[in-house]
Amino acid sequence: MHLLDNESGTARLRSSEPRQGIKASRKILVEAPATVPSMDHLDELEAQSIYILREAFARLKKLALLWSLGKDSNVMIWLARKAFFGRVPFPALHVDTGKKFPEMYAFRDQYAKEWDIDLRVERCPPIDSVDPTLPPAARSAARKTEGLKLALVKHGFDGLIAGIRRDEEATRAKERVFSPRGLEGEWDVRDQPPEFWDHFNASPPQGAHLRIHPILHWTEADIWAYTRRENIPIIPLYLAKDGKRYRSLGDADITFPVASTASDIDEILAELEDTKVPERAGRALDHETEDAFERLRVAGYL
Amino acid sequence: MNMVLPSAISATPNGTTRPQVRIVIVGHVDHGKSTLVGRLLHETGSLPDGKLEMLKAVSARRGMPFEWSFLLDALQTERDQGITIDTTQIRFRTRSRDVVLIDAPGHAEFLRNMITGASQADGAVLIIDALEGVRDQTRRHGYLLHLLGIKQVAVVVNKMDRVDFSAERFGEISDEISAHLTGLGVKPSAVIPISARDGDGVAAHTPRIGWYKGPSVVEALDALEPARPAETLPLRLPVQAIYKFDDRRIVAGRIESGSLKAGDEIVIMPAGKIARIKTVESWPVTPLQGPQTAGRSVGITLDRELFIERGDVIGHVGQSPRDTRRIHARIFWLHDKPLSKGDQILIRLGTRETRASVVAIDKAVDPGALSNEETNSIARNHVGEIDISLAQPIAADPYHESPRTGRLVIEVNGRIAGGGLVLSVDAGQRAVPVDIVPVESALRADERAARYRHGGAVLWFTGLPGSGKSTLALALERRLFTNGGSPILLDGDTLRAGLNSDLGFSHADRSENIRRLAEVATHLARNGHIAIVAAVSPAASDRAAARRIADSAFREIYVATPAEICESRDPKGHYAKARAGGLPSFTGITNDYEPPAGNELTIDTSSRTVADAVDEIERMLAQTGILFEEVADLAANI
Repeated sequence: MHLLDNESGTARLRSSEPRQGIKASRKILVEAPATVPSMDHLDELEAQSIYILREAFARLKKLALLWSLGKDSNVMIWLARKAFFGRVPFPALHVDTGKKFPEMYAFRDQYAKEWDIDLRVERCPPIDSVDPTLPPAARSAARKTEGLKLALVKHGFDGLIAGIRRDEEATRAKERVFSPRGLEGEWDVRDQPPEFWDHFNASPPQGAHLRIHPILHWTEADIWAYTRRENIPIIPLYLAKDGKRYRSLGDADITFPVASTASDIDEILAELEDTKVPERAGRALDHETEDAFERLRVAGYL
Repeated sequence: MNMVLPSAISATPNGTTRPQVRIVIVGHVDHGKSTLVGRLLHETGSLPDGKLEMLKAVSARRGMPFEWSFLLDALQTERDQGITIDTTQIRFRTRSRDVVLIDAPGHAEFLRNMITGASQADGAVLIIDALEGVRDQTRRHGYLLHLLGIKQVAVVVNKMDRVDFSAERFGEISDEISAHLTGLGVKPSAVIPISARDGDGVAAHTPRIGWYKGPSVVEALDALEPARPAETLPLRLPVQAIYKFDDRRIVAGRIESGSLKAGDEIVIMPAGKIARIKTVESWPVTPLQGPQTAGRSVGITLDRELFIERGDVIGHVGQSPRDTRRIHARIFWLHDKPLSKGDQILIRLGTRETRASVVAIDKAVDPGALSNEETNSIARNHVGEIDISLAQPIAADPYHESPRTGRLVIEVNGRIAGGGLVLSVDAGQRAVPVDIVPVESALRADERAARYRHGGAVLWFTGLPGSGKSTLALALERRLFTNGGSPILLDGDTLRAGLNSDLGFSHADRSENIRRLAEVATHLARNGHIAIVAAVSPAASDRAAARRIADSAFREIYVATPAEICESRDPKGHYAKARAGGLPSFTGITNDYEPPAGNELTIDTSSRTVADAVDEIERMLAQTGILFEEVADLAANI
């Protein structure tokens, strides 16, 4: 372990080894600068996300965090550990299609243990049980929605923390931070309650649940800049190999790499500066029909 | 094909120092918001490659002329309706700013979405159709910008091409809107003539508006300042939660204004209790030295054990918020049912939630109407000033002194129905903080525990009258004392004869009765005694409050003797009296008893001996770490 100064001037602990828990890292005295500079952009994002996570934990009875193993939900877990001083005080739910990349499963099993995560893995139902009128990739994603619904019924969660971002995709830009879902998990985009001044609607009707979106206001570049600053582990598939890398990770059979030479996070950030290719370009389900993604979200997809 | 927004251009540069400003474009429906946004994206070079061509191709395929607004109409539902229905966020750059554009819908149906969007903005652009002029939604949005606290407002007069770029027409509209906004205390930073469709005035001054000398829209956006956390105002830390994940008791919240550091003397409002910050906790590094400033989500520990809960506000001594039960506020209302005098509502201010009633309504108007005709209730999408009486004291500030703790939202049936600014607070009895510095006992907890062979605890016996609470409490008291312990009985009726003799049996008085019992019992527990409370305590919420006060020392024992057996016992003759009509609010026959859930122990005295029940209570106390079998166990429990 060693200490490094970061841009904001606040000394932060960096470590190549992820820490086990709070006990191991307590009582480490840090030299504080005489004057603390104002918050930078990442500090502001982090503070807002922590506020949202703490509101969710205070106002809902049975929370779970949806851990898709991607860069966004890993940042979210990191933020939860910050919010709750080293531990994630609710389960992390992985709705498993069984078709993720092997690297993703390895990552899950390693860090669930190292981060002391209460991991719940729920398998999705067979593809036959899913709406056959959807295009193939969307149908595959809809299967995940079904898996999520089954997990909700089984555990009785009243709040699901999800790592979606406004900049990812147009329909996600419409989301609230606390987003009520109907009894079937569906999203009524036209009848969303007002949400302002960080006051959230946290009373889902009996039997329904809320989605909570603590990183809704982050961008793809923010996620990478924060991952770099905090030294958060990532799945190597995000880094370029043979001229290609994954910008977004989903099921192995419907997710494709983009052309890239970015071999570390600095290079990813430089690449994002210039690119005009959307982040989810490699996600087949977004591109089958104009409204496929919205239909999925209305039905309860993330 | 998917009409993704240009997310790729949202990438912010590595280590950027460019200020990011969030803006909202508001105004009457069809005055050209989406067109302006589309044009701005084009003029600032923010469109992904091929996007414009793709949209033009889509338009051609649908047999429609291309419109700039198609860029934003990302949802099929929007295209079908021909109106933008919600907040979308897109990004572009001006010379010195990263602009996050929050598009807020102009249709009156979607005012709640306009407010959701606009509340996140640092500045606003109010758009007006040059042909139509100032309309009701223009005025309404102007008013809401004022209520949302947005000070930086630029006005654009769009569709100048439709009025032949008439400087005279522009002057009329400019005068009218400037007068309206100035009347609300909002001074427009610029009023700009534009044609969003053709590009005049958006990024460049064209000859057609050669008579206009002010900034273009892009220049006006470039002059916006991001909202800064209020570091220079007095400290306000609304408490979100108290965490006890380990041996630390961490008070968590976000600093809304000011700053704090370890060693600061603070006051916890509304109770007015004083303490000192022991540490500022964090993860992975902790504790943190140096000041923490406004905007940060922090965790602190205090130098003394005080009752503190979610909704309290921490300030510095001498600069604390007011303690009040009555607030005067200017609000906007979004609910279908008008807000009327006498309505029962739920108020959220900071992290506090409290029931309240509307005592008076004043100046209720439609902010979109030209004539300010006043009504006695506040209709949907209207504004007004209200007096609110709160069910419990809260900490609050007038908006003009401390914006973040000077605004509130109103909830109806679990859904946000309105919100507004606190104009004034009637300070309660404890407006001046009371410096209560509890004197610590000379004895340490482990010294007492070594003598008594138990830790401090609050044993709370709840159950129907006649269920056997007092019998069990007395037997347990005797047992613990015989074994060398220090039990102290707090009987509900005994305390009502003295400490609580001012209280009756109304809901509020019963709650206060329980609160006092819990406070006294907790004090005894902190000093190593086992406080045995026997109280009917029918309301689950009251018992929950007692558990919050006593915290980890609380052990709840539900004496679950069947009701008919309780009535047949009737040790105090209350059931008989109540049946005869002499005790109107007697819990035994009014069926208002709420059985506990999550209690540590349940005992039915109808089917077992007293000694057997006391044995079981002792086992529970041993298992939950209150009673020690061996002195050696002490080390593990202190």
